[in-house]
Parts: sequence; C-alpha cells; structure tokens
Amino acid sequence: MFKKHTLTNSPISSLQQQKQRAAFWFLAPMLFVLLCVAAWPLLRSIYFSFTDTSLTDLYGGEWVGFKNYLSWRTLSSGRTIYSGTLVDPAWWNAVWNTVKFAVVSVTLETIIGLMVALVLNAEFKGRGLVRAAILIPWAIPTIVSAKMWAWMFNDQFGIINDMLLTVGLIDHKIAWTANLDTAMLSVLIVDIWKTTPFMALLCLAGLQMIPRDMYESAKIDGIHPIKVFFQVTLPLVKPALMVAVIFRTLDALRMFDLVYVLTPNSTATKTMSIISRENLIEFDKFAYGSAQSTLLFAIIAVCVALYIWLGKLDLNGDQS
Amino acid sequence: MTNKTLRNNIAFYAVVVVIVLISVFPFYYAILTSFKTGTDLFKVNYFPSSFDFRNYIDILNNGKFIRSTLNSVFIASTTVVFALFLAVTASYALARVRFRGRGLLLMTILAVSMFPQIAVLAGLFELIRFIGIYNTPWAMILSYTIFTLPFTVWVLTTFMRDLPVEIEEAAIVDGATPWVIITQIFMPLLWPALVTTGLLAFIGAWNEFLFALTFTASETMRTVPVAIAMLSGSSQYETPWGLIMAASVLVTVPLVILVLIFQRKIVSGLTAGGVKG
Amino acid sequence: MKKPWQYVNASFLAVSIAASAIHTAHAEEIVLVSGAVGKDIEILKEIVKPWEQKTGHTLTVFPMPASTTDQFAQYRLWLAAGNADIDVFQTDVIWAPQLANNFVDLTPYTKDIINQHFPSIIESQTSNGKLVALPFFTDAPALYYRKDLLEKYQKAAPTTWQELTATAKEIQTKERQAGNDNMWGFVWQGNSYEGLTCNALEWVKSFGGGQIVEADGSISINNEKAIEALKLAKSWVGNISPAGVLAYQEEDARGVWQTGNAVFMRNWPYAYALGNMETSTIKDQFAVMPLPSGTENGPSAATLGGWNLAVSSYSTKKDASISLIKFLASEEVQKYQALQSSRLPTIMSLYDDPDIKQQQPMIAQWKDVFLQAVPRPSAPTKIKYNEVSSKFFSAVHATLLGSGSAEENLEVLEYELEELKGSRW
Repeated sequence: MFKKHTLTNSPISSLQQQKQRAAFWFLAPMLFVLLCVAAWPLLRSIYFSFTDTSLTDLYGGEWVGFKNYLSWRTLSSGRTIYSGTLVDPAWWNAVWNTVKFAVVSVTLETIIGLMVALVLNAEFKGRGLVRAAILIPWAIPTIVSAKMWAWMFNDQFGIINDMLLTVGLIDHKIAWTANLDTAMLSVLIVDIWKTTPFMALLCLAGLQMIPRDMYESAKIDGIHPIKVFFQVTLPLVKPALMVAVIFRTLDALRMFDLVYVLTPNSTATKTMSIISRENLIEFDKFAYGSAQSTLLFAIIAVCVALYIWLGKLDLNGDQS
Repeated sequence: MTNKTLRNNIAFYAVVVVIVLISVFPFYYAILTSFKTGTDLFKVNYFPSSFDFRNYIDILNNGKFIRSTLNSVFIASTTVVFALFLAVTASYALARVRFRGRGLLLMTILAVSMFPQIAVLAGLFELIRFIGIYNTPWAMILSYTIFTLPFTVWVLTTFMRDLPVEIEEAAIVDGATPWVIITQIFMPLLWPALVTTGLLAFIGAWNEFLFALTFTASETMRTVPVAIAMLSGSSQYETPWGLIMAASVLVTVPLVILVLIFQRKIVSGLTAGGVKG
Repeated sequence: MKKPWQYVNASFLAVSIAASAIHTAHAEEIVLVSGAVGKDIEILKEIVKPWEQKTGHTLTVFPMPASTTDQFAQYRLWLAAGNADIDVFQTDVIWAPQLANNFVDLTPYTKDIINQHFPSIIESQTSNGKLVALPFFTDAPALYYRKDLLEKYQKAAPTTWQELTATAKEIQTKERQAGNDNMWGFVWQGNSYEGLTCNALEWVKSFGGGQIVEADGSISINNEKAIEALKLAKSWVGNISPAGVLAYQEEDARGVWQTGNAVFMRNWPYAYALGNMETSTIKDQFAVMPLPSGTENGPSAATLGGWNLAVSSYSTKKDASISLIKFLASEEVQKYQALQSSRLPTIMSLYDDPDIKQQQPMIAQWKDVFLQAVPRPSAPTKIKYNEVSSKFFSAVHATLLGSGSAEENLEVLEYELEELKGSRW
C-alpha cells in the first residue's frame, strides 16, 4: 500500500502557505453558498422550537424556553405533571421505529450494495446495460415508485400476493401494509429495493479507484479471492463505503416520503420526520413540530459523531 | 474452459440475472401498466395483453408535460454542474491541504443535511422570496444545494484524499499551481467518483418533489415529479394509473440513457504502477 | 405585477363593455388555486367566460396535485408566509375553521345568496360567526350494491348494517362455493387516514352514537352505541371484508369492486361513472342507495364532503375575487357543472331542476343521500380538527386491527380528546 501524505513534514513551508491561501479561496465559494442557503432556514427552525409560534401567525411567536421539549408543573397535591416532546410516547415510538428502520435498512443495503458493486466491477459482456438497469430503482421518482409498490402490495389485486401464491410460498393473501407486523417489512423491502443502487454505485466508484495491479499481484501470489477481498479490497474501499453509509444513515433517519405514501399513520412505521410533519403542518403545533425537527437533528448529529468515532473515520486526514 | 471455470461463470451470470430481475421488475410492471386503461388496471398480468399507446399519446400531447421535462433537465443539470464545481475545489482544500478544524468543517457541512426537509421549508420559502427568485428555476437550483453540496463535498474529499501523494509532489516540483493540479491531474483520476456523484446528484435533483412544489407558482415552471403528481382522473379520488405509469416510463428512459453514456467513465483511471512512473 | 399596458387595456375595457359593472375599476388577473382534477380545469375556464366578459377581469387557474394532504400543506405554508400571488383558494369542507384567519369574511357580501344553499354546508364553512368560504359543489358517499347478485340470491337491498352483514356473508359464501374464490361481501376505506374518519363517523352516527364531538363542543364518542357500531365493523374484517381493507383508500376499494369481486361498496359518487365504463366488469349491474342505518327504521348517515371557494386576506384584488367566487357559486354555474361534470350542487332548488333530473338522473338519486349528510366535527373543534380526526381514526384503526377492544380504545380516545380540548376548543 502506498503511504499517504508524506508532505506532513515538508521542508518547503512557503509551499504550505501558498496551499493554505489557495485552500481558503477554494473553500470560500462553497461555504458562502451553504451559508446563504442553509443558515437562515436551519437557525429559524431551531428558534421556532423555543417559541409558541403557530402557522396561523408565523411572526407572532413568543419565547417560551424549553417548554416544547420538556416542562413540568408540581400540583398542590405534590404530584408533578410532565409535558413536552421528551415525554411524548408518540415521539419515542417514532424514534424507535426510525432507529429500527435505519439500522436494518442501512445494514442490508450496505451488504447487498457491496455485493452488487463487486459483481459490476467484474468485466463481462453487457456490463454497461446492467449498470444502467440497476440504477432504475433509484431513478424512478419516489412519489411514483412508492405508489407503485403500494399497488403491488394490494392484498386482492396486487402482483406480489399473486406471485407468492402461484409459487406456493404463502397459502392465503397477505394484507402487507395493513398488518402491524408486516407494515415495517413492506417499507423495508421497498427502501432496500430503491436505495441499494445508490450504495452499489458509490461502492463501485470506490472499487474502481483501487489500482488494478494490486489484484494482479495478489493473484500471482495465489491468495484466495475471499482473503483478497477482506485483506485488500475491503480496507481500500472502506473510506468510500463509510461515506456512503453516513449519507444513507442520514437519509434513513430522516425517512419520510416512502412511509408517507405506503403506510401513512400506521403506528408501526411512523418515523420522526412523519410525526414532525404532522405537528408542523397538519396539527396546529408548529413550534412543537420544530422542536421535534431539532431533536431529530440532534439525534442524527449524535449518531453520525458516534459512527465516525467508532468507525475511526479519519476526518482530519492526519493518520498514516 | 475447465469445468470449474464454467461452473463459476454460470453462477456469476445467474447472480447478474437475479440482480437485474429484481431491479427491473417493478419498472417492467410500470411499463405493463402504462399500456392498460380502465378496469384492466386492477387485474394482475405478467405479460402485456395488448399494446395500447393511448396513455403515451395523451402524455405527449400535453404540452405542459414536455415543458416540465425541459425544466427538470435544466434544473438538474445546472444543480450538478454548480455542485460539482464548488465541491471539487472545496474538496481539494479539505483533502490535500492541512489546516486546523478540517474535521469540524466537514461536520458542519454535513449538518446542513441533517434537518428534515419539511422543517426547513418555511425558512427557505422566506429566504427565496427575500432574494426574489420565487417561481424561477433558480429557487430550485439554490435549494437543492442543501442536499447535493454536502454529499458531493464529502464523497469527493474522501476520494481525493486517497489519491497517491507522489503524483501531487511530482506536479509541485514541476511548478504546478493548485488549480492546475486539480484540473489537469486530479480530475482525470477522479472520473469514477465525479461521474458517480454527478449521476446521484442529478437523480436527486430530478426526483425532488417538495421544494419544487412549494417554490413554483405557475404551471410553466414546474418540474417532472410535480407534473406527474398533477396527472389526475376525472375526480378527486380517481388515480389515473395508466397515465402516471406512462409518464414515469417516459421520464425514466432519459435517465437510463444518461447512465449508459456516463457509466463508461466509471472505470479505473488509476494504476499503482502509474504512481511510480 | 401589473404592467402599464394592462391598465390601459383595462380602461379601454371598462369604457367599452358596460358602465354597470361596478368592480371594473381595473381589469385584474385573479389567480385561483385548485386541486387539479381531470377536465375540471378546462370546464372551469369555459364557465368563467361570461364573468370575464362582464367584468373585464381574467382568471388564471393554478392547479395543484390531487392529494388533499399535499394541498393543505402548501396552502398553509403559503398563507402563513402571506403569499399575495394567489387570490382565491378552493378548499376542502373541513379546512374552513383551520384556515379562517387567513381568509376574508364573506358574510357582508353574500347576504342575498346565502339562503339558497344547504344550511348544513353554510354552517360547516362558518367559523366564529365568520363565513370563510362559499360552497362550490358538494359530495357525499353512498352504498353501491350489485343488483344482479341480490336478484340471483333473492335478497333485498339492506337498510341496516346488520342486514348488510348477513346478506354480504351469505352471497359471499355461496359465490365462493360456486367457484368465485375472490368474492368479498363488502369493501370500504379502512386505511388509517381521513377517509376512515368518514367511514367510522357514518357507522357511529347511524347507530345513534353521536358525531364524535357535538356542535356545542362536547365530546360524545365514548358511548354504548358507538362501541356497538365499532364492534360490528370489527366483525367484518377478514369475514365479509378482506383483511387488507385496513390499508384501503378509495381506489383500492374501487379496484376490488370494479373487477366484480365485491357485493357491496361504500364510496363517493365518482365510482358511479367509472363503474359504468365500457371495460367495467359490472357495467349496468349495480345501483346506489343511502348507506344503511344502525337500527331498524333508524337514520342513515353519510359524511359530508365537497369543495368551497375562499378569498385570501393577502390578496390585493379582493373585490374582483369576491365577485368571482359569487359567480362560481351561483345557480347558473352550479347547474352547468352538474350537467357537464355531474358535480353535486349545493343550491337546494337545483335538485328539483327538470334539466338535471332528465340529463343526470344520478344526481337526483343522490338527493336522498345528501339529506342525511353529517358533517365531520371540523366546526366545533376549530383549529384542532386534524388532530381530533387523527386520534379518532387511529383509535378506530387499532380497534379494527384488534389491538385493544372498542371499549378500551374509545375510553382512551375520550380522555385524549378531553386533554386536547382543555378548557375549550
């Protein structure tokens, strides 16, 4: 393996300075754009979460502190009553659903995605067509594919029950999205179908960045392919894989559109985004919904930070 | 060919077939449905019983739909070009230049993507009206950077960091400026990553629904997913299934062609030998 | 934004058309936003031509996706941000109290015409004494039944839910014995969404169990009658209705029905025309009637649907907008719509109109259904209606799924609604 960043102790310090100046100018446009687009909406959401704003009067909210998160009042009888999102069972149910969904979907998507990428990395006839074909699930707009799957999952005229019945895997028609125990499964199936291509493509790019000669030398040395995978391929593709996983986790934790179309309001699949939308828009609790969005933001931040720490992802590029 | 390699080959192609089948089947089902009208929509078929192109003709005769497709092409391409340009330069700085707080900066960039879309909608709406780009394609292009930019920056930073440092050193010795290093040396090596992130960002922008719905106020400005959501039956409750499927097939085909063209670039431009040479 | 030449044009029009049109100070462009549904937009553009000629204003229709939840979200956001680009909103019957603060009070402008419309609809569009929207057309569900099957097994069309249950079961069993394995007795909308609120309200109301929250704001849902109604509905699932009915919305129910696999269906009027299409399996083999009642000779109940027109408070062209919606809610337009696109009128006298009776006999049939229409409790629960409805359909869905008994779930629901209500709605 080649060593990275041997420049660490570069003697030419003026070169470093030149690079740092360039770095500033290279970063500035991107940071400027992000600041323009994101700063106001994000800070405003967080601000709303500390007020009693409602959508009927967006500018008339007053500061209420942490009331939307947690507040309590001790009655004269000595009993304390808690209120706020942090003691809302519906919220915790959504958190649990989302985490369950994220863990299962991201794990399976990573494994399947990597496998697909390995297949696509091999050279074979019609590789281009196959690469295009596997991207189709990702390319169909979610609003359409979610509805399409809802149709396919229909218990009476859906093709999935029909197929399974014909093959003999089930003996009666299953109400996929209606049952509490299969609702989450249905959402997972569609999500894995839909986003595995995303994973596969990123892994493929990672695989393609590995120099060919590394395999060849391994081959000449007669190392078993599985050993090659774990000792050569995986470590080299790991950075790309880690980034892909981060972005998938981000999306999975913010999971919205699929559930919104496929199983709206089912307690078995309500996610954090769904419940915060409900409060933001449907119910007259804009500030409460903002608080939930902010909590979602915090949960994601913690998850990502944990993940980077546990995965020993090198953000600074200082290792080696 | 020995028996063993033959067996391996068969197994390999079997895997390929399974992957393709699972990926494509729902799309095939969409094509099947797009040929149906009326009560046939509710019947299960595995093969087309007839080729009724009525739905396609209806869609293509609808001038607004073609307009929406053009809008989407413009918005998605501009978004990608914009995001890739900003990300390539930024990721060079983040990957190849040492300065304090790089990790923190990367996390901050990522944080932009951590809010649920619906939560930033109100603030973004105010912002867009404030800048005065409400109901123009720029409203979408700007708001899409919220999810395309962090993604492209992170992916490109990761890939750029893995490029061997010897290449860069050789260039520096030859007197190349950072700009030359990026455009002349790194970009060609980064083709797989550039094409991949570009494609993924393109599809993300192409399929986005919520922002596109909120930031437009006239039919001529709408994008494809919104236009598909607008297809409706003769009443509030009826879903014109055949039409929706025909429209989805029509807008997915260009994406497939796009992938077919660009996937050739997802091929290694790098060999370890090249590093030394 | 108005360009100068438009004003010039306007004054020309004002002079040349008629001095009688009071509103024609300027020719304004009114933007109306509406859930895009089929040919309605074209018909709408056709309908407003006389108005455009008379007043010199023009109408631009801005269609929205057909999903009402998507529409509601957008309208809320636009109105919250004080968007002045849209003048007139087409609103669902349950939105009036929730969006009331952002709409113009129409009371002073409509005194002369208000009595023509069904009082129940006007009531649903009134919030705190403010008339929020004018009725455009209305909607109410009915029971669809298979004439051929009832005849084959010599059954009468059911007038009570119990009768429906028995008839459905018998025909389903016999049809299945005859080899029709996919036959079901009754399909309806059991997904956990607003549609289930409509379905369940009909059961509860027709059993005499009230309407969840009464007009005076009291919470009535936890009662014997309501429990009985839900228990009966629970007995349908997996018995005369497929288990998947708990994921059905309107189109899923129609799918089963229109392929000839159901004896009864609860649905809106739209399914009538579609069921009689050329390709339909059940063309000319079905009829509609009011939904059954809970008790012998008791009342039937159909949830009130329909659409209304409201003027945004942020509009800069309020006078022209009000003149537009008054025109659209007028008798001549409603009659035209009834004849052209079989929309149910909100003006009572039109149900006895000879032209409508002759050309759209279905509308006359719907009069009976409509007379028994029950509003969802959107007026008394005001801005909290969506949350009330969500809690109600979740409780009903849980009951139908078998997680918790009707007694338990309604008791919890009552408690939750009390909490939500606080001292007053």
